[in-house]
Amino acid sequence: MNQTVLMTWEWLTDPANWQGRGGILAQSLEHLRLSFVALLVAALIAVPTGLWVGHTGRLRWAAVNLTGAVRAIPSLGVLFVAVLLLLPRLRGELAFELPALIVLVALAVPPILSGTYAGVDATDPAARDAARGVGMTGGQVLRQVEIPGALPLIMSGLRSAMLQIIGTATIAAIVGLGGLGRFLIDGQASRQYDQMAGGAIAVAALALLVDQALALLQRVVVSPGLSSAARVR
Amino acid sequence: MIRFEHVTKRYPDGTVAVDDLSLAVPRGGITVLVGPSGCGKTTTLRMVNRMVEPTEGRITIDDDDITARPAAELRRSIGYVIQHAGLFPHRTVLANVMTVPRLLGWDRPRARTAAMEAIEKVGLTADQARRYPAQLSGGQQQRVGVARALASGPDLVLMDEPFSAVDPLVRADLQQEVRRLQRDLGITVVLVTHDIDEALTLGDSVAVMRQGGHLAQFATPADLLAEPADDFVASFVGKDRGYRALGFADVRVTPRAERSVQVGEQVRAGSGWVLVTDGSGMPLGWVDGTGWGGPVREDRLHRLGAVASPDDSARALLDAALSSPSGRGVVVADGRVVGTVTTQDVLGGLDRRHSVGSVGKDAEHTVGSVGVVEESGRVEGDAP
Repeated sequence: MNQTVLMTWEWLTDPANWQGRGGILAQSLEHLRLSFVALLVAALIAVPTGLWVGHTGRLRWAAVNLTGAVRAIPSLGVLFVAVLLLLPRLRGELAFELPALIVLVALAVPPILSGTYAGVDATDPAARDAARGVGMTGGQVLRQVEIPGALPLIMSGLRSAMLQIIGTATIAAIVGLGGLGRFLIDGQASRQYDQMAGGAIAVAALALLVDQALALLQRVVVSPGLSSAARVR
Repeated sequence: MIRFEHVTKRYPDGTVAVDDLSLAVPRGGITVLVGPSGCGKTTTLRMVNRMVEPTEGRITIDDDDITARPAAELRRSIGYVIQHAGLFPHRTVLANVMTVPRLLGWDRPRARTAAMEAIEKVGLTADQARRYPAQLSGGQQQRVGVARALASGPDLVLMDEPFSAVDPLVRADLQQEVRRLQRDLGITVVLVTHDIDEALTLGDSVAVMRQGGHLAQFATPADLLAEPADDFVASFVGKDRGYRALGFADVRVTPRAERSVQVGEQVRAGSGWVLVTDGSGMPLGWVDGTGWGGPVREDRLHRLGAVASPDDSARALLDAALSSPSGRGVVVADGRVVGTVTTQDVLGGLDRRHSVGSVGKDAEHTVGSVGVVEESGRVEGDAP
């Protein structure tokens, strides 16, 4: 046990493991790139949909049930199915990257969608009524009242989606892509457990780091009037 | 003039919220829509700014059909205050109040100036303007709601149960505030409430509505109390409407001269209740000189009770007399004691009113040793 911890520590602190094309830094960047692309695509799908459902109140049941169902889909299974389906149709890296993205996007859409929908839906009915009553159009109500009010929940949806993406993006390595998952897959293949453990720690650290960065962003974009601190008199 | 012409609101499920309503709300002053829940008063109000569209009939504001322009544009020209204020939580008080000017396309500096003026008008400070709604009390939030409605200077303001979510003390304050704002700005206010007291206190005219969206009576508060149109209105304005009507009875009583002392001066034992004032004639309280005599000290003072002014209603004058420990209600004008009235003075004045009836218009009567000047502008309502 102690031996493993020590070896892992040595692996993580060895500058040689950080540098170069397959180093921790490079793989972290690749991991981040894939994760952010997935988050962006998921947000482009989930945020407008969530806004529409929350603003109009239509298809509410579908949003609630679908997000629950999608959560239950096994990531690894989807990855293999997507690779099998897309491999004959696509060439090069994309044949593998697209399936990985599909998995990550599918994973990220539910938390963002439900956060967005819930945020808009939670708008104070009095504020919504007042917004219309003082002469805002539907679009103005959405932009000036519902979205700013939903931002805390949209942001927490994005954060929890990103945590899941970063954790799951390791499976991209299974189909030969880069990212911190490489250390897990390659470590296992070559029975280098220090590398496996080190890779796992790196993934966790990256997830926490990104989450903190998003938390910072949340503090910038969310109005102080909505934070619980504002309620303290 | 806001005119409802045979307006009906029927919902798809067949519920009729407002049934063939015809009503002309005069310009200037406060018109109150009052009635039990489900009487359609809120629906009626919300039809004015097209938050609810009528199924039948026509509504005009100053002879312009309200459907002539887009609903959002119409609403920007009409102030709107709702029960829970409905402030935007992510905007500061200032930004909330700037909402309508900005919607109207005013530039930022102009919108800001107008908003700050409105914020001051409702009695809030520049410091409070920088805060967020969650940092204010319920009453302050409601003031912001009123400021938001006034910022762009509309001449018509709709208020839907604006004070029912705040506690009674704050409510009284807000009512005074709205009264004052209406007078100062010369605007027209249409206000919905379920509280008949609020309706009678605030309304220049009151529309009593009954279940099923029918207008039961449209009258001044005094007329409503004196001559309810039917049993429904009579029971809605309450059992004690005779007493409430005193609030609108202008019985001008000339107060009796009252001897007063100042703190430090001597009161002889056996002189009964003696009024104490400060150097400027402002009343401080009463001392009980029945079985005690000596120099008046602050700790000897009893509470004043309610204080009335000479042109107050019979209700206020009576209340002053009833709440005074001496039985003599203190009448104050410009911060100085002008005398006292007893319940007998006020009741005597009221009795005269009835026996004199409409003949007593503009006449002055002196009753016994008490000078009772009667203002019988509203006596017609009482005469058979």
